[in-house]
Amino acid sequence: MTQTRPEAAPLRHRKTIIVAVSLKLEKTPKTPGVTLAGETLVLDLSGALWLPEHRTLVVSDLHLEKGSAYAARSGQFLPPYDTRETLACLHEALARLDPARVVCLGDSFHDAQGPARLDVADRALIATLQEGRDWVWISGNHDRAVQDGIGGRFADTLTVGALTLRHEPADAPETGEVAGHYHPVGKVAMRGRAVRRRCFVLDATRLVMPAFGALTGGLNVRSDRFDTLFPGGFTAHLIGDGRVFAISRTMLTRE
Amino acid sequence: MRYIGGVPKKRSPGSSSETAALPAAFAAWFAGRGWAPRPHQLALLAAAQAGRSALLVAPTGAGKTLAGFLPTLVDLAEADGKGGLHTLYISPLKALAVDIARNLDAPVAGIGLEQRIRIETRTGDTPSHKRSRQVARPPHILLTTPEQLALLIAHREAADLFRGLKRVVLDELHALVTSKRGDLLSLALARLHRLAPGLATAGLSATVREPDALRRYLVPQVPEAAMADLITVEGGARADLRMLETGRTLPLAGHTAHTSMPAVYDLIRRHKLVLVFVNTRLQAEYTFQELWNLNDDGLPIALHHGSLDATQRRKVEAAMAAGLLRAVVCTATLDLGIDWGDVDLVINIGAPKGASRIMQRIGRANHRMDEPSKAYLVPANRFEMLECRAALDAVEEAAQDTPDPRLGALDVLAQHVLGMACAGPFSEDDLYDEVRAASPYADLTRDDFLLVLDYVATGGYALRAYERFAKILRGPDGLWRVRDARTAQAYRMNVGTIIESTTVKVRLARRNRAKPGSVLPAGGRVLGEIEEDFAETLTVGDTFLFAGEILRFESLHEDEALVTRGPPGTDPAIPSYGGSKFPLSTFLAARVRALIADPVAWDRLPAQVADYLAQQRRRSVLPGPRDLLVETFPRANRYYLACFPFEGRLAHQTLGMLLTRRLERAGMRPLGFAANDYGLAVFGTRDLSERIAREPAFLDGLFAEDMLGDDLEEWLDESAMMKRTFRQCAVIAGLIERRHPGQRKTGRQVTISTDLIYDVLRKHQPGHLLLRAARQDAATGLLDVARLGVMLARIQGRIIHKALDRVSPLAVNVMLEIGRERVYGEGADEILAEAEAALLGEALA
Repeated sequence: MTQTRPEAAPLRHRKTIIVAVSLKLEKTPKTPGVTLAGETLVLDLSGALWLPEHRTLVVSDLHLEKGSAYAARSGQFLPPYDTRETLACLHEALARLDPARVVCLGDSFHDAQGPARLDVADRALIATLQEGRDWVWISGNHDRAVQDGIGGRFADTLTVGALTLRHEPADAPETGEVAGHYHPVGKVAMRGRAVRRRCFVLDATRLVMPAFGALTGGLNVRSDRFDTLFPGGFTAHLIGDGRVFAISRTMLTRE
Repeated sequence: MRYIGGVPKKRSPGSSSETAALPAAFAAWFAGRGWAPRPHQLALLAAAQAGRSALLVAPTGAGKTLAGFLPTLVDLAEADGKGGLHTLYISPLKALAVDIARNLDAPVAGIGLEQRIRIETRTGDTPSHKRSRQVARPPHILLTTPEQLALLIAHREAADLFRGLKRVVLDELHALVTSKRGDLLSLALARLHRLAPGLATAGLSATVREPDALRRYLVPQVPEAAMADLITVEGGARADLRMLETGRTLPLAGHTAHTSMPAVYDLIRRHKLVLVFVNTRLQAEYTFQELWNLNDDGLPIALHHGSLDATQRRKVEAAMAAGLLRAVVCTATLDLGIDWGDVDLVINIGAPKGASRIMQRIGRANHRMDEPSKAYLVPANRFEMLECRAALDAVEEAAQDTPDPRLGALDVLAQHVLGMACAGPFSEDDLYDEVRAASPYADLTRDDFLLVLDYVATGGYALRAYERFAKILRGPDGLWRVRDARTAQAYRMNVGTIIESTTVKVRLARRNRAKPGSVLPAGGRVLGEIEEDFAETLTVGDTFLFAGEILRFESLHEDEALVTRGPPGTDPAIPSYGGSKFPLSTFLAARVRALIADPVAWDRLPAQVADYLAQQRRRSVLPGPRDLLVETFPRANRYYLACFPFEGRLAHQTLGMLLTRRLERAGMRPLGFAANDYGLAVFGTRDLSERIAREPAFLDGLFAEDMLGDDLEEWLDESAMMKRTFRQCAVIAGLIERRHPGQRKTGRQVTISTDLIYDVLRKHQPGHLLLRAARQDAATGLLDVARLGVMLARIQGRIIHKALDRVSPLAVNVMLEIGRERVYGEGADEILAEAEAALLGEALA
């Protein structure tokens, strides 16, 4: 979905920006692993979470068939390609990392009728992706009613090493919770420009993952909800064009 | 007040035979006011009585409005006072429609028709009970806007309502036809012509370059290229127009006209009411501020621009009308329409940008055709002196540079097609024929029409996913019908082509005494609105000019930006916020190039400009009128390439993007560029002069026309401007629902970002109708690609290169833009990296 364009980088000049074209970004090391409950987490540029020690890939809030849900409900004909696009991104991540297990962290379908509306080709692609892997659908608030007919196994929570994977963050989480549900985005405003990106939100206790779906909106991490989820503050890892950036809460602005 | 009247009798050459066409009561009314009807008013009457449509082209103050209504009044005076809707009047401005309705009262009462003619307005403010009544029991004359007309023709009762319609009067037609609103209106007219076959139209227009385009607009294009009659009123008194020369040396760049302000203030002191026009809201703010600082006499000077709170604007207008003001600093908001008060001088600050625009503005002074309007052009820098000179010459020759007729937009057509389905069942063939009767759509192919139909029905996707949700359906009788009431309701909520940029209110916050340094979230008054895009870039403590004050941004609270007054003496830190910026017209640009190329003509330029050009000739070269001068030179460890196409900022920004891409590929490591209306400068770390000396074909290759091919496509498709354009098309075509004012974002954002839609669509169906519509807009609008193409063709083989050892006088102008302008939408990672560095800084501290 996002494309790498490292050649387009702005140059600081007095208080404003001018477009600079050839300044290459500093060669950045591979996204540094972060840890949670002693487990190594790799925050992937695709918006997925990679747990190398468990060869497990976690994606959250795919919201498949969101476009057709809008068409059915409100007569807004969004491009019906969101499912294909989301699956293509997932396919790319699977090809690159070859996980033994894939966990879809809830709201994998936008509504309970989503699987029924799937295009034949998309349904076949899901089956291909599932081949030879343990595939777990964690149920979310949008797709609780989806319990079979789409391959894989279904669960409300899943434990992977020291991590607990569930859709909606718990009120009193155990250390090592990985959840989704809130579609976090962070916004940086500086020198006359604002950049708004999906992000991972992390403290010592839990991780809230960004939405993976192609047409999913977002909730700003400076909204009150995140203060409740992270009473001691957090670091947001914003998904840039070329890599993931760790940004402190104080550098992020509200909507 | 819009002046409604004829010509004072003593000065009229009108003979008694001309008034003979008027019924006695009308003749008596004219005579009673000491007037005689003007020849063009009678000509329009004659055309109408013969059942013919006509375009009236006349300067301001010629009595256009009365000319437009006279045939209606005469016709209705002879009728029995019953009958249905007789005349529709369409105005681009709601306020103008209301004002005209009020001003019709005088002639109607004077002629004794008030018992027989019912006149009403219908705008967005009209209460719903009145709207329903207007459909059931319509007035004789209805004054309204293009959007309201679109709603009316989509009404189920439209056929009955308009069956007896005799006339449509289109006011300020020249302003209406240049936009998507004009497309929408043309389609509505085509429908009206069909519903009421006897209909005749009357277009009222200021002077335009191509009246034939407007004449075609007024009548169905059956047969092809049919035209309405043309009635032209010549000249009026010649404007008394000059360039303000203060004797002080003007800067080489900048748009604030700081040095001329004392002279401007002096002119205000010596006149009754002065309109001070500027090109952008930012300039309006600056100018107002400067005049205020000079205002030792305490003259009542006001500010009027589109971002100010509507109540404040209404107050300013009322004060003008009441004669309480001596000057108003304003933007295009006062270009059109109503005259508030007796303006005796117009001052235009900054570059005129277009000959027709400046003539329209001059016309705001002294709204009587027979007396000269008085106006000054005030250049803000030396380049603008050239542009002012070119504009003076153009006005002298009454040369016009109004835009070319539009090709009807596909997104607008999609909106219209859904509206027509709401009105009643239609057949494909009939609607196709009807649409092509509208001049902007005369060349619409059947294939494109069917694509639009398919888009309206199911979204127009290659993946046929939405067949069972279709919004319009073809029945067994072959007719298309709207699916259900909900779809029709959604159409009504979405009608129109004006996409307001989402704004936030600017509210003066009260300081929180309990907690010094913070503000209370409620309380103070609302100063106006700023674009959300701009508000989003503000951080606490940023200062900016707004509503004539320097404001300090405190916080965004829901949909309001809370501000406090900036400490005295602070400079506003944020250079600009959105608002209109007109590009230099092609026509004026050509004149400026001709001026520069012709030293004989320099006599007519202020000495400082002539000197400046002479220096350029000595140090570099002066390009011929069709040439492109390219200069390369080193400066402070960087190498520059400056060129001067004079094609306007938008075209130059596009060119700058493309040039940097090519230089990058050629290994010249460009770092960035800056552009203004006259030229652009690209800079980098490799010696361009040396490369060109070594490789003579290098420059020709760099500027080769094929840059408009793949390079452009690739860049365009990813540019933020393209996404913004797409968003507008998506809203107009009903792909996503319009956000209505006051409608708040819910905490969990449910609106789907059009950027995401754009990305997905571009990847999976690049030929989709809405992407085509967006590209068509980009070609002429935001990116001015069409203009760039013409320029590249013009300069092939005419590039003059000059390798210099330092910056030339011409190049200084554009060099001063470096660091002043921001180009948005690029390089997100740099911003993120900087924010990340702040975190690392914390960690290491």
